[in-house]
Amino acid sequence: MSQTTIYSARKIITMNPNQPEVSHVAVREGRVLGAGSLEELAVWGDYELDERFADKVLMPGFVEGHAHTMEGTMWRNVYCGFFDRMDPNGKVWEGVKSIDAMLERLKQAEADLDDPKAPLPGWQLDPIYMDNALVSRADLDTVSETRAIGVLHASGHIMNVNTKGLELAGLMKTGINHPGIPLGPDGYPTGELRGPDAYMPVGEHVGFDRDVLGCDADGLRDFGKLCVRTGTTTITDLAARLNDEAVEMMLDVTSEKDFPSRIVPLRHFMGLTPEELIDHAKELKEKSTDQLRLGMIKVVADGSIQGFSARMRWPGYHNGADNGLWYITPDHLSQILNLALENDLHIHTHTNGDQATELVLETMEEALRNHPSPDHRYTLQHCQLADAAQFRKIKQLGMCVNLFANHHFYWGDEHYNLTVGPERALRMNACRTALNTGVPMAIHSDAPVTPLGPLFTAWCAVNRLTASGRVQGEGEKIPVADALYAITIGAAYTLKLDGEVGSIEIGKKADFAVLEDDPTAVDPAELKDVKVWGTVQGGRIFAAADL
Amino acid sequence: MIKPLPVTVIGGYLGAGKTSLVNHLLRNADGLRLAVLVNEFGALPIDEDLIEAQEDDIISIAGGCVCCSYGSDMAAALSDLRKLDPAPDHVVLEASGVALPGAIAGSVGLMQGYSMDGVVIVADAETLRTNANHKYMGDTVTRQLADADIVVLNKVDLVDDKTRADSTDFALSYAKNAQLLGAEHGALPPEVLLQSFVGRNRDSGARHDTSGFDSVSLPLETPCDPAALGRFLASDELDLVRAKGFVRDESGAVHAVQSVSRRWSSEPAPEDSPIGLVCIGLKPAFDEEKLRQQIAQAFG
Repeated sequence: MSQTTIYSARKIITMNPNQPEVSHVAVREGRVLGAGSLEELAVWGDYELDERFADKVLMPGFVEGHAHTMEGTMWRNVYCGFFDRMDPNGKVWEGVKSIDAMLERLKQAEADLDDPKAPLPGWQLDPIYMDNALVSRADLDTVSETRAIGVLHASGHIMNVNTKGLELAGLMKTGINHPGIPLGPDGYPTGELRGPDAYMPVGEHVGFDRDVLGCDADGLRDFGKLCVRTGTTTITDLAARLNDEAVEMMLDVTSEKDFPSRIVPLRHFMGLTPEELIDHAKELKEKSTDQLRLGMIKVVADGSIQGFSARMRWPGYHNGADNGLWYITPDHLSQILNLALENDLHIHTHTNGDQATELVLETMEEALRNHPSPDHRYTLQHCQLADAAQFRKIKQLGMCVNLFANHHFYWGDEHYNLTVGPERALRMNACRTALNTGVPMAIHSDAPVTPLGPLFTAWCAVNRLTASGRVQGEGEKIPVADALYAITIGAAYTLKLDGEVGSIEIGKKADFAVLEDDPTAVDPAELKDVKVWGTVQGGRIFAAADL
Repeated sequence: MIKPLPVTVIGGYLGAGKTSLVNHLLRNADGLRLAVLVNEFGALPIDEDLIEAQEDDIISIAGGCVCCSYGSDMAAALSDLRKLDPAPDHVVLEASGVALPGAIAGSVGLMQGYSMDGVVIVADAETLRTNANHKYMGDTVTRQLADADIVVLNKVDLVDDKTRADSTDFALSYAKNAQLLGAEHGALPPEVLLQSFVGRNRDSGARHDTSGFDSVSLPLETPCDPAALGRFLASDELDLVRAKGFVRDESGAVHAVQSVSRRWSSEPAPEDSPIGLVCIGLKPAFDEEKLRQQIAQAFG
C-alpha cells in the first residue's frame, strides 16, 4: 500500500464549508486522503507525520484563470516597470520611478552584455506614473548607439526604440507618414512607436519575439517558479497557438518530476477556420495529461480599454476617442460557439468593452437555443465593463466571468480620468454585482500584463484601491472570504476543474499554497503582504527558497 | 537595388464580394505572378478550377499565381512570400471583414522590401447601407470606407438606379479620398485595381472602351520633380483613378511615380526603365486632351 503522509499546520483553510478550518491533512498518491484532526485521519492506517508546516497556514493551491506562460520568458528582458516586481528567481526588482532611473537600469544591463550586436529589450515601462514623460530615441541612444534597444510599455500599446533600432528596421528616414509614428522637428521618427502596427516591424530587431504569446521550455520552467512563489498550483496559458512543437515541449516540461504547476493552455481561435479550430481542439483534448490540460478554446472579441481598442457601447470613450476594434465578426463568433457547443468543447472569450460583452451574450443566447448545453461554463474573460443587466444575462445563460481585478490598481486612475470616466470606472470589474447576481466568478492578473499573484489579485478585489490610493467603486468591494473563494474554487469552476482542485478535501489533488500568515486573520488592507512559503502540488513539496 | 514588392490591400465587410474580385484578378493575371494572402476565416477563397495544386499552406494557381493564408501573423506571411521562387510580382492582401485596411496599409508601408500600392474597399451596392447600420459592425463598415483609395461598388447589377445612386453617395460621404467604381461580380480591369498591371500592355486603352475607364500614355521626356508630379497626379484637379510611370529628375536619375486616387508615391527606379506615364480615369469625365495639356503645362 502506498505511503500516507499527514501534515500538521497552524491552520488549514479548506474552502470546504463543512469543515472550513482543520489542523491536519493526509496525502496519499498525490491526493488528499482526508482533512481533519490527526485522530480523524489516523483511521486510514499507517502514516508518517510531517510537521514541517506546523507554523504555516495551508490553503488550497491557488488557481489563476487568466495568465500567459510568456511571463516566464519576459524576464529575459530588462524590467522597467514602475512597481516593485519579483522575477522567477525571487529577486524583487525595484520599480523605476523616472526616465533617468530607467536609462540607468538599461545601462547596467548593457554593461553585462558580451555580444556587441545583441539587442537590449526592456519591458513594463509605464510613463503614466511619470507625468507621461516622453522617451526619445536620443534618450535611449545614451544607453547605446551601437546596439538596438526597445522598451515595451506596460500597456502593451507603445514601444520606445533607439536610433539603431529604427535603422535596423529601415525606419530611420524622413517622409514616414503613419499615425503611430510621431516625427521630430528634424523629420525623423522620435523613437516612440504607438500601437502594435507601428512597433511590430521594429520589435524583432530590438529583441522581442515575433510570436508574442510564445514561450519556450526554459520560459515555462521559469513560469513554474513564479507559480511556486505565488502559491499557484493550477494556471492557464490564455492563449497559445499550440502547434505540435509547442505541445510536445509543454508535455515534456510539465511531466518533469519537479515541474510544480498544472498548466491549462487554451487554443487561440485565430489562424484557423471554425471547423479546423474545433478539430484541433478535439485533437489536443486527447493529448491531455494530469499536468497539462488541453482542449479548451480562447476567442478574442475586442481589444483593450487602455489601448482604446475595446468595443464600447454608447456613449463610447470618455475622451471622445473612436470606438475600438473587433477581432472577430458576429458570423465567425456564432459559428465557433455553435460548433463548440455541439462538440462539447469549452470556450473562454475575451471581452473588455461592454459592447463586446453584449455581442457575445447575444450570440451565445442564440447558439444555446440551437445546442442546449446544461453545463457549458463558457467564460467571459476580463468582462471589465459589464453592467448589472449584463450580469443578469450572464447568469441566465449559465456563463461565468473572470474579472480583471488587478486592472483597477494599475489603470484605475487612467480609466477614471481618461478612458471611461468616473461613473463607468466605478463599475469596472464588478465583483460584488457578479456575486450578488449569482454569476460564478474568478479574478485574475493576466500576467505578464500585471504581476502573477493571486493574493495580490484578491487584495485588489477586496480593497479596490487605485495606484494613487483612491478607493474606486466602494460598492463593488468584496469580503476577503469571497476573494479567497474566487482564487481557488471560483477559478477552478471556470475551468471545470473544481472537482479536482480548489479546495482541500478528500479525493482532490494535494495542491496547497503554503503561507506564512493567515489571510483570513490579517487586516484586509494587508492581504497582498501575506508571505508565500511555497506550494505542495500533486503531493510534491516546493519551497520557494529552494528553487 | 531590390525592387520593393507592391501590396494592394482588399478590404470590405463580409459578403461584399472581396473573394469574387480576387478571383477575377487571378483569371486576368495575364502572366503577372500574383500572390494572394487571405485571412483564415471562411471557405476556400479561390475558385476550384483555378487551383493547380495545394500543399501545406500554399495553393498554386494557374498562371504562376499563389494563395496563402496569413492567419494571425501578416508580417510573417509577407516575409515568407519573399522566399518564393519564382518571386511574385504583386501581393493582393485580402483583409478580414473586421480589419481596418488603413492600419494594414500603414504596417505594410513600414516593412522593408514592400511598397503600398493602395487600399481597395469592396462594398455591396445592395446591402451597404444596411451593413453600415449594423448594431455592432456599422462603424467598422464606414471606417473601412474611409480608408479606401478605390471603392468597388459591387453587385450593381442587382440594384435599381436609385439604390445605386444612394449607395454611391453614401460610400463617397465616408470615402473622401477615393474613386468609386461600379462592378458586377467584382469584375474590373486589373490595371485599375493593381498598379503592376498599368502600362504592361500599351494598347490596353482600347480594350476597355466599354468598361467605363479610359487611359492615356504620355511621353513626359522633360525632367521634373517626381514628388511634385506624384502630388499632381493624386490631386483633385486631375481626379485620376490611377497613374504610373517613370520620369527623370533634374539630376537625370530615374524615379518610379505612381498614384491611386489621392495616394501617391515615388521611389528610385532602374536606369533603363521606360520613361513615360500612363493615366487611367473614369469616363465620361476623363478628357484625354485636357489631361495632356494639364500635364504639359505643369511638367512639359
